[in-house]
Amino acid sequence: MAAPTKAKKRDFFDWLHGYTGQKYTTTILFLLIPIILMILFTVIPAVNMGIFSFQERDQFGASVKWVGLDNYKTLFSDSSYFETFINSIYYFAGSFVQQAVALLVACILCTKIKFANVFKGVIFFPYMMNGVAVSLIFRRFFQKGDGITNTEGTLNSILMLFGADPVKWLSNTDIVNWCLVFASVWRYIGFDIIMYIGAIQSISPDIYEAADLDGANSWQRFRYIIFPSIRPIIALQLILAIKGSISVFEIPYIITGGRFGTSTFVIRTIDTAFTYQHVGLASAMAVVLLAIILVVTGIQKAIFREDK
Amino acid sequence: MDENKDLMTEEASVEQPSEELTGTDALAEFRKNHQSYKFRETPKPVRFLFTLLKYLVLIVGCLLVILPLLVVLLGAFKTHDEYITTNVFALPAAPQWENFTTAFIDGDVLRGLLNTAIILLISCAGTIITGTMTAFVLQRFNSLFTRAVKAVFLVAALLPNISMQVTVFQVINSLGLYNTIWAPCILYIGTDIISIYIFMQFLDNISVSLDESAFLDGASYFRIYWSIILPMLRPAIATVLVIKFVGIYNDFYTANLYMPSKELGVVSTALYRFIGPYGAKWEIIFAGIIICIIPSLIIFISLQKFIYSNLVTGSVKE
Repeated sequence: MAAPTKAKKRDFFDWLHGYTGQKYTTTILFLLIPIILMILFTVIPAVNMGIFSFQERDQFGASVKWVGLDNYKTLFSDSSYFETFINSIYYFAGSFVQQAVALLVACILCTKIKFANVFKGVIFFPYMMNGVAVSLIFRRFFQKGDGITNTEGTLNSILMLFGADPVKWLSNTDIVNWCLVFASVWRYIGFDIIMYIGAIQSISPDIYEAADLDGANSWQRFRYIIFPSIRPIIALQLILAIKGSISVFEIPYIITGGRFGTSTFVIRTIDTAFTYQHVGLASAMAVVLLAIILVVTGIQKAIFREDK
Repeated sequence: MDENKDLMTEEASVEQPSEELTGTDALAEFRKNHQSYKFRETPKPVRFLFTLLKYLVLIVGCLLVILPLLVVLLGAFKTHDEYITTNVFALPAAPQWENFTTAFIDGDVLRGLLNTAIILLISCAGTIITGTMTAFVLQRFNSLFTRAVKAVFLVAALLPNISMQVTVFQVINSLGLYNTIWAPCILYIGTDIISIYIFMQFLDNISVSLDESAFLDGASYFRIYWSIILPMLRPAIATVLVIKFVGIYNDFYTANLYMPSKELGVVSTALYRFIGPYGAKWEIIFAGIIICIIPSLIIFISLQKFIYSNLVTGSVKE
């Protein structure tokens, strides 16, 4: 009786050491931890987000109440929630300018320039900088002096050199968002420049030679060679800019704390969840944001399907 | 894109010099529309003006970057009285190194740097191990299961990170990780899908026949992963390390949300907490900013070319 079971055991171990067996064991062992982590920190939170959005609850789940669509109704009827989306428009407009300037600088840096690496390095470095540091730097940059605890900030000092009056940049609701957009562009533009430089340099030099033979000038070079070949990247950047501008968080959160009409949808979500403990409502906000991002991603996939 | 294709196919005809140099479709069209326009060398003064303009744009750009930083650098060396009374661009009378000591010790920047270093070490090691293993299985074994996992990862990459924290918080809390250094570590490891993509892309270019011949020689899959795949992934690992460093060193909200205790400050939160007690003492805040920027500056200067080619291409591919 012992012999057959032994043989069977052998078979099993042979199988285990064979191609298929190893494939199964490796798959399970290697994916075990990543899948557990994914379930814990992505799947469960995502499912909870959906469920919580129909509830009224705090962070610790002490008093859970089902409220149906009330959270969504609040979101869509209370205009103060959607006003935060208006602020996204500032950032989106800013990223348009950012892309245009980045493209210009990238084109310049791709021509014969002395110290090109120094220029590139200086303009790129803010991207490497800590977001809190950047935000604090811009708090000082836009500061309005009061003569007691503060002198005029950087921008006012420069303006006063030219005889202008100091401006209250960060507490004037008409301009504060543009200031924050400026800080955001300052931080991220270097990244776009490097990316555009990469794209421009990947254009075959033969094409430039051909254009040179034809006597094309710089503008024609840009219009007929550079622009057509990097158009897909520009389009992709603009789509990513939509996603970026609806999920702005750090810069307004640290520079103004969301005051003076600078709150964004994500700041509002985090405040709702953690300051006011309305986890249900915050979940509904997160669901809305996710829905918008899915729509934008769908558009992106539709546009870029043929390019892949 | 189409125009670009035309340019490519047109290349061949350009190489044969003939009376009519038809460079590109686009240019030919341009000529048709502007028949009177004669192509000629740009005159010298115009070209000089262009060069001047180019440098002007670059110099203005650099000034815009440098001026806000210069104010911080100058201010970090001033006394509080100087800060209140002198212009932002005025030089400090005597460099005040005490500002840096205050920021470093009392302002907890030192502890922030240490905590950040620990978190970086744990999450980079974790990401490299789990990320390469995941990528190895997902890229090499094509089964229904791996395809399903890949699909879930794809969807997970879309979830907006910050607003997800509304519900991630409960998971962290019920695991007892709230207000421990493990909360950010495990989140940086567990939600990093971009790294897996980078590893998978790199694996695409490592020939499968390499694994197969090793397998025929009797190596187990673990051995293949450990002694063949992992060493070959070194460039991809370097890319991931740079992306992780920039991401984690500069991340603010994870630490702010999950580690409120003073002892668990990281660089970002230590600096953020300056706003309270040092709210009016900007010279201390400035010193803190300078200390925080120095590690990034050192890494940037020493790895400049590598960062351009990896950070940017790596994060665009997603």
